[in-house]
Amino acid sequence: MLAFVISRILQALPVMAVVALISFAMFAYVGDPISIMLGQDFTEAQRQALVASLGLDQPFFVQFARFLGNALQGEFGLSYRLSRPVAELIAERAPATLELAFCAALVALCIGVPMGVYTGLYRNSWLSRFLLTFSLIGVSLPTFLIGILLILVFSVWLGWLPSFGRGDTVQIGWWSTGLLTTSGLKALVLPSITLGLFQLTLIMRLVRAEMLEVLRTDYIKFARARGLRNRAINFGHALKNTLVPVITVAGLQLGGIIAFAIVTETVFQWPGMGLLFIQSVSSADIPVMAAYLMLIALVFVTINLVVDLLYYAVDPRLRAGRSVARGG
Amino acid sequence: MEPLLEVRDLRVEFPTRRGILTALDGVSFSIAPGEVLGVVGESGAGKSMTGAAIIGLLEPPGRIAGGQILLNGKRIDNLRYDQMRRIRGREIGAIFQDPLTTLNPLYTVGHQLMETIQTHLGLDGAEARRRAIGWLEMVGIPAAAQRVDSYPHEFSGGMRQRVVIALALCAEPKLIVADEPTTALDVSIQAQVIALLKGLARDKGTSMMLVTHDMGVIAETADRVAVMYAGRIAEIGPVREVVKHPKHPYSVGLMASIPPLDRKVDHLAQIDGSMPRLSAIPRGCAFNPRCPEVFARCLVERPVLLETGATRAACWLYDEASEKRAPEAMRHG
Repeated sequence: MLAFVISRILQALPVMAVVALISFAMFAYVGDPISIMLGQDFTEAQRQALVASLGLDQPFFVQFARFLGNALQGEFGLSYRLSRPVAELIAERAPATLELAFCAALVALCIGVPMGVYTGLYRNSWLSRFLLTFSLIGVSLPTFLIGILLILVFSVWLGWLPSFGRGDTVQIGWWSTGLLTTSGLKALVLPSITLGLFQLTLIMRLVRAEMLEVLRTDYIKFARARGLRNRAINFGHALKNTLVPVITVAGLQLGGIIAFAIVTETVFQWPGMGLLFIQSVSSADIPVMAAYLMLIALVFVTINLVVDLLYYAVDPRLRAGRSVARGG
Repeated sequence: MEPLLEVRDLRVEFPTRRGILTALDGVSFSIAPGEVLGVVGESGAGKSMTGAAIIGLLEPPGRIAGGQILLNGKRIDNLRYDQMRRIRGREIGAIFQDPLTTLNPLYTVGHQLMETIQTHLGLDGAEARRRAIGWLEMVGIPAAAQRVDSYPHEFSGGMRQRVVIALALCAEPKLIVADEPTTALDVSIQAQVIALLKGLARDKGTSMMLVTHDMGVIAETADRVAVMYAGRIAEIGPVREVVKHPKHPYSVGLMASIPPLDRKVDHLAQIDGSMPRLSAIPRGCAFNPRCPEVFARCLVERPVLLETGATRAACWLYDEASEKRAPEAMRHG
């Protein structure tokens, strides 16, 4: 088990190194920070001094090694646009994005899985047909449109929920949370639904397809022949067997939710990392972009590791260290 | 003796877009307490379908369209799902063909045994576990107390079928429906599993309906045998009689096709033609296109089971009222 975790971490290292290289390469190839920082009027001596003070006259690999060393310490330099440490900017914005992503994933799983089970079990009922049609809307409508429609209905027409921002937040250490105030929770509703709707419909359709597949298997028929209760068969035996693919997709989707909350954050002016990223892109704020890229890569690598560990928890056939097919 | 299971005139239909297919038609038989009834026939003859109908697990859209199934004299074919669920496992156990796919891969065999025991017998966890280990011992799993916590993939095919047998028996049903229990196993394991099944059924006084196309297994295990053809019973009787002195021309052909071990033969006997599709079962006797002894009456009138001495056969040869005229004249008529 420990060996497995270590081997997966070792496998993740090259991935992170490549992403770091790409992030670093952005500095060299996207825009020229020197000219941005110096403005219009400068002497050659000033330019040389700045280049030397930033270490840009060093060879490529020396610069990369220094970048890596700093990155490992969470040090990504100063934002060109805001002239503040990037790490500080991201730490400030991360709670907003993570809370939003968490709520969206919760919405997607807590609604998507039961809906998938229901439509799998009662595939000819009118409710299943309705849910499937509805899920097509979720899959095919673009996120920004869903967000705008939700704002129109629930903020503009009904006036129930705020249309932008996080509401009131409470500071716990460096983490600012909107989960503890009524206005913070209300502010979370629409963005969470917007961000989670696509994943919800995806998970529902996946669970449904897997349920249909599993319900046809011999072990489900045998469970029925053993006279087990329906609840035990549907949830204990069938649903558990659908979990491996569902965990895979849900894990990747969670990474996607965190990484691509950009559109939702823009629509709802949500003060998260996505909004920070999009603003950084428009002003070629490379340190922020590089740090964001590496952070997202880290999120994906971590989620993949967790997904692999969950496979272990769910499927005994994957557990190492047990001999197979003893006895005759 | 009052039969444990009685099937009367069972008819199973599958509604399809092209019309209703009749998979079982007029199937009647009974099983006495402690008796083993073998059911043989070609693939598609309706053997497994009969078993599925008895345990109430016909694949939709298949449905029982006529007849009755009685267990201890009470109808079970018209029960609601949850009433039938209480009978499955508790009164009628089932064993399926492929032990590699009948066990849930995500649960230990102990979990699956305990869950069945607790569902039906309402025992507490410790007692259920004790019984689960007891059942594993009874079906011949070595070191049962340790293996109870193993997962199905940690057992070989033969061992898994033993676990399946334990699962079918663990709530102490009075009847076992075993659908090709040895077909998926190695030949060397088949005999062990059949001996186990037979021994346990005898010890517990459990009746068994043993569905197979292996005449060897039937001859060794069953008390009586039913030969099925195209969804109907062709012949039914004591196993020795049906094997040694089959009466129905189909049974005759079936027994003749078993290669003899004691002498060399140049050609294996076979029955010409193949079983009709469900959508094209001929009028009269379903076997008439392949029957070497067909005559006029077979083409128009469906035979009922007739006494032929030791067995009963659905064949007009055994009705004295039949005029055994050559069929050629009729076929064109």
